[in-house]
Amino acid sequence: MAKEKKGVRLEHISKIYQDPKTKKDFYAVHDTSLEIAPGSFVTLLGPSGCGKTTTLRMIAGFESPDEGEIYLGGEPINALTPNKRDTAMVFQSYALLPHYNIFDNVAYGLKLRKMDKETIKKKVMDILKLVGLEGMEGRMTNQLSGGQQQRVALARALVLEPGVLLFDEPLSNLDAKLRVSMRTEIRRIQQEAGITAVYVTHDQSEAMALSDQIIIMEKGVVAQIGTPQEVYYHPSNEFVADFIGEANFLRGTLVSADTADIGGHKVAVAASGHHVGGACTLVLRPESAVLGDKGQLPCKVILSCFMGSYQNYHVMVGDTLVKITDFNPKNRKVYQVGDDAWVAFTSEDVHVL
Amino acid sequence: MAKGQGAALDRKKLMADPIMVGTIVVLVTFLTVFILYPLAILLVDSFVGDGGFSLSVFKRIFAMPTFTKAITNTLKVGFLVGILSTIVGLLFAYVEVYVRVGRGVGGLFKVVSMLPVVSPPFVLSLSMIMLFGKAGLITRELLKIYDNSVYGFWGIVIVQSLTFFPVCYMMLKGLLKNIDPSLEEAARDMGASRGKVFMTVTLPLLLPGLGNAFLVTFIESIADFANPMIIGGSYDTLATTIYLQITGAYDKAGAAAMAVVLLSITLLMFAVQKYYLEAKTAATLTGKASRGRMLIQERSVTIPLTILCGLAAFFVIMMYLCVPIGALFPTWGYKYTPLTFKWFGQVFTKYKGLKAFRDSFVLSLIASPITALLSMIISYLVVKRKFKAKGFIEAVSMLAMAVPGTVLGVGYIRGFSGGLFHSSDWGIFASELVENGQVVREAGALSGLFPNGILGGIYGSAAILIIVFVVRSLPTGTRSGISALRQIDKSIEESAYDMGADSLTVFMTVTLPLIKDSFLSGLVTAFVRSITAISAIILLVTPQFLLITVQINEFAEKGSYSIACAFATILIIITYGSVLLMNLVMKFFGTSRKLKEDE
Repeated sequence: MAKEKKGVRLEHISKIYQDPKTKKDFYAVHDTSLEIAPGSFVTLLGPSGCGKTTTLRMIAGFESPDEGEIYLGGEPINALTPNKRDTAMVFQSYALLPHYNIFDNVAYGLKLRKMDKETIKKKVMDILKLVGLEGMEGRMTNQLSGGQQQRVALARALVLEPGVLLFDEPLSNLDAKLRVSMRTEIRRIQQEAGITAVYVTHDQSEAMALSDQIIIMEKGVVAQIGTPQEVYYHPSNEFVADFIGEANFLRGTLVSADTADIGGHKVAVAASGHHVGGACTLVLRPESAVLGDKGQLPCKVILSCFMGSYQNYHVMVGDTLVKITDFNPKNRKVYQVGDDAWVAFTSEDVHVL
Repeated sequence: MAKGQGAALDRKKLMADPIMVGTIVVLVTFLTVFILYPLAILLVDSFVGDGGFSLSVFKRIFAMPTFTKAITNTLKVGFLVGILSTIVGLLFAYVEVYVRVGRGVGGLFKVVSMLPVVSPPFVLSLSMIMLFGKAGLITRELLKIYDNSVYGFWGIVIVQSLTFFPVCYMMLKGLLKNIDPSLEEAARDMGASRGKVFMTVTLPLLLPGLGNAFLVTFIESIADFANPMIIGGSYDTLATTIYLQITGAYDKAGAAAMAVVLLSITLLMFAVQKYYLEAKTAATLTGKASRGRMLIQERSVTIPLTILCGLAAFFVIMMYLCVPIGALFPTWGYKYTPLTFKWFGQVFTKYKGLKAFRDSFVLSLIASPITALLSMIISYLVVKRKFKAKGFIEAVSMLAMAVPGTVLGVGYIRGFSGGLFHSSDWGIFASELVENGQVVREAGALSGLFPNGILGGIYGSAAILIIVFVVRSLPTGTRSGISALRQIDKSIEESAYDMGADSLTVFMTVTLPLIKDSFLSGLVTAFVRSITAISAIILLVTPQFLLITVQINEFAEKGSYSIACAFATILIIITYGSVLLMNLVMKFFGTSRKLKEDE
């Protein structure tokens, strides 16, 4: 559908803001370089204040980078105003024009492009069909539910066939159930339209469900770039591991290429390039381990709670709290608070940092 | 860390938008020429003497007993008016927000808050004299007091308090509505009596707001020209003293220095109000009340409060009614029957009423759309855009709020008169100048910088009157525009911008339609303010223009109360009519109605 899929490239982008309280300058985004492939769905993920929205707004043109250059489809666009850029944005608050009906909202950008009435009508109707809003074109925006407003915002951006579609936390104002169904919808529409999409969110499950690539940001810098699987199973640092899903951190030393010593217990790990003899941290996902009568590390149960699909354990390994989610506990031994047990996992289940 | 590139890019993006740049340039020029320059030239005039910087002018004016007396008079009046207005305003606001009152009382409140808006500023002075003066209807006819004097301190205080308390009422009403009822309920729950709750919860929360209301009325009071002029008698305030210094003593430098003193006082008050109290008010009263308030129903509270408010409202309404009725009596003070329309007739036959109304009406009609559009553009730029000159535009339009009309008038005379004491087109004084040769030379020597002012050509023209109207109503318009725009999510405009609209298109297709109501009411407010304005305009009007307010002032001073009343009545009808028309237009074309219905 898009005229042309465009890639986005950020070269050493920085943005400096002033702290309103201390009057000190700080980097909201620092020396960030990114390459977003044409037609891909990329998520900027991070906690609030990590610079993800600032990065998105720099791509859209609302903010100007203090250092570096942004390229859209190979062209530098730093000096272009938002209305001259081949981008379209879906806003967190939807930002529908409240004095127009749905049709006029979607047609707004087309009218600015001086298209004739017939073409506009056809395009608008087609896109409303794509987002599932046929027959609603005459309604005012405040007659729509949050999910429908979101669809209008999406349609309004899509209809312009932009080189890149930008999403600024578009689902954060919806309730949890709708959020899940809308993200599937967004992914479907993006695939159908075959458009490049950059998506900002702080919700890691949203990022997982949507993206080809996830860019995790922390304090203005990129912490890791990778597919959802890569960032989940092979996080590059503790911040990423902790931010994506839940993680237990076991501290010890690496005694050989594939063995770590955790509190005096030898644990087999996948071979990694880390320095033998040095301190290491093992990342263990709660669902990767189970409790058993034997295993790698001895522990004491301090919380045991039935959650339906899994048994939730908190156990102490030495003085480290480890969380374990033991799925489908129906036919397995359930440990109670105060029991001694072992944490069991394989070398493939831990990731060495 | 260098922000250079970002700033350069922002500048480049701005420059890519010629309409934006043009608008900013025009605005900055307008504000500089018509607000900053006249004030700056006052400073120059008052500090330049003997061919250099000197305080001689200030020494001279502070040696005048009339001037020092005027300062203390002004401050005394302002202080008392501030306190009285705040108390009465609080009473009304409290009763409206907290107490269950009958429907009729609610209506009374609306009328009382509306009256000062649509009436010329000095109407109450007029009715005060007519009801309580020497020949007053109440004092003389009812109470048989034959030598009551309303002129002077108490006259000004009463009239100004009655004129300004609705401002306090509106401000405090807004604040009281924002107090979360659960705070007071919690105090009640812990065992506090109603009185205790008021003293320990409501009042402390409201305290910065009360200070704010006090200062706002204080500023209004010391800037007020018309009331002290009519009812002050020999009790002069700064505004009237400055006026007399120009029109009576032809002392331009002295008037300039006095204006600087008056301006310093209002600016100081304004700064305290703006930067200290407003921030405090916002800090203690944030957000909206979580739910409705249980209104007080105990008769021991409602009855005395209702009676008190009812009496005050009745008094205010009686004062206003006095004007149209006064115009119907054959001779006020001597002959009350039969009622007659002869004064209304005389307005048009004898006193060129038609020309006065036409001049005032046409000039205000031209000024109001300019004001409304300008204030919307300023608010849009201040709220929604970022650029270098923004701070300047914001600060200067704010400054205009603190400048008393008299000060602006003096600044304009000096700044645009093309040489006040040389040119003969300054009609009012032209004939008297010859006799004042001494003053002429002194004045000529004083004006070091810009000896003849700039834009001399616009002096005496309709343009300068229109500009004064615009500048005088701009701050109110801007303030309401800013608060209207703050309620619009910034991303709505950004989305339009993002879809390819340039800034003019965004403003015309998104911003303006969304603040249509605010724009309309700004239009009418500007019109009403212009047609009822007097303080700056009385210094600038030339004989080829007859303005209603100036006429009323003249007749009131001469003691021709009946004819002044007739003029004022017609003026009130015009202003009230335009407010009604606005409400009608808003009802049928306003955005809010459409959106509300859809909900």
